[in-house]
Amino acid sequence: MSNSEPDVTRESATVLNRTDLTRRLVARLKSEEAVIGGIGFTNFDLWASGQRPQNFYMLGSMGLATSIALGVAVAQPQRKVFALDGDGSALMQLGSFATVAAVAPKNLAVVIWDNGAYHITGAQETLTVKGADLVAIAKGAGLKQAYWAADAGHFETLVQRALINDGPWLIAAKIDKERPAGVTERDPVKIRLNFMNAIAPGS
Amino acid sequence: MSNNTQRETWEEIVIRVLKKNKVSLVTYVPDNVLAQLIKLIEADPYFTVIAPAREEEAVGIVAGAYMAGKRGIALMQTSGFATVVNVLASLACPYQIPVVAMVSERGTLGEFQLGQSIVCRTMRPVLTSLGMEHFAIQDHDQVEFVVDGMLSQAFTTQAPATIILSPLLTKRKV
Repeated sequence: MSNSEPDVTRESATVLNRTDLTRRLVARLKSEEAVIGGIGFTNFDLWASGQRPQNFYMLGSMGLATSIALGVAVAQPQRKVFALDGDGSALMQLGSFATVAAVAPKNLAVVIWDNGAYHITGAQETLTVKGADLVAIAKGAGLKQAYWAADAGHFETLVQRALINDGPWLIAAKIDKERPAGVTERDPVKIRLNFMNAIAPGS
Repeated sequence: MSNNTQRETWEEIVIRVLKKNKVSLVTYVPDNVLAQLIKLIEADPYFTVIAPAREEEAVGIVAGAYMAGKRGIALMQTSGFATVVNVLASLACPYQIPVVAMVSERGTLGEFQLGQSIVCRTMRPVLTSLGMEHFAIQDHDQVEFVVDGMLSQAFTTQAPATIILSPLLTKRKV
């Protein structure tokens, strides 16, 4: 890709699909990267993408995927860590963007799926539909490397850059309102133990 | 009183006991009572210190770090504790993640803000409802034993816990 980023806005971004993008992201994870799946359809699709043991599935604590991922990133600076979250969740904890910017972990990437809706509760509109631009907010919070994905290919390019180059990164994709491809098994302790064993230092 | 210059402050004891329990990550939202503890922790290279925008983040960060092998503690005031009920109920408790919070107790024994005293009354019923271990340190002589016991029990039983710093410890002139 060129050195200059395409000038993509929420308006000009192509509408993509969360199931497809989650699978494209996961397919690029070759080094036991940790992935924190935010509440709702975000982690349903992460679950459906193959149940990597290095995935952590949130069943509550809406808005905290980025904070949990930040904790993992700080504890294990050699491991790349991804937080996946929906627009409604991200809007709940905008301060976490500023926290990530202040801590500036090189190994953290935040991925936001923005369909402008609280999809799982009946697709009520979120504030992104009214004009809140999560990439602009992230930039304002100090996350310089914050980008909208222009299309699926550009999304993969951004993910690859996040895997290779220093973060923190924020990658936002405008997505449709298709249902996720699966449903996460809701056993919190099993989720934690699988995740902890998979990312245990020295494992 | 003549020994006070030699005696460890409660803050110094807390730092020593955190190190003994390998707690090297401290997240906090500031508070007057915690100011000296925060200052000492920030000056100590042993600790990784993160000051997020909200107490929920502080709990989330400690939870993530624990799962990745680094023990942490979240410092906050009583009013901040009132904002973390959901993350304790939906993350720390069901996933059995030993997030330890240290809460400086405002709202009692000389409070001047009505709202602070009201929110303070919600803390223990919430902790009891969640089935969370909690203890209020009232005396300097209790600091080492209680902090050590609360931390070690949290980590050996995979259970979140809250250490409350009573004004009897932090405000009383002895």
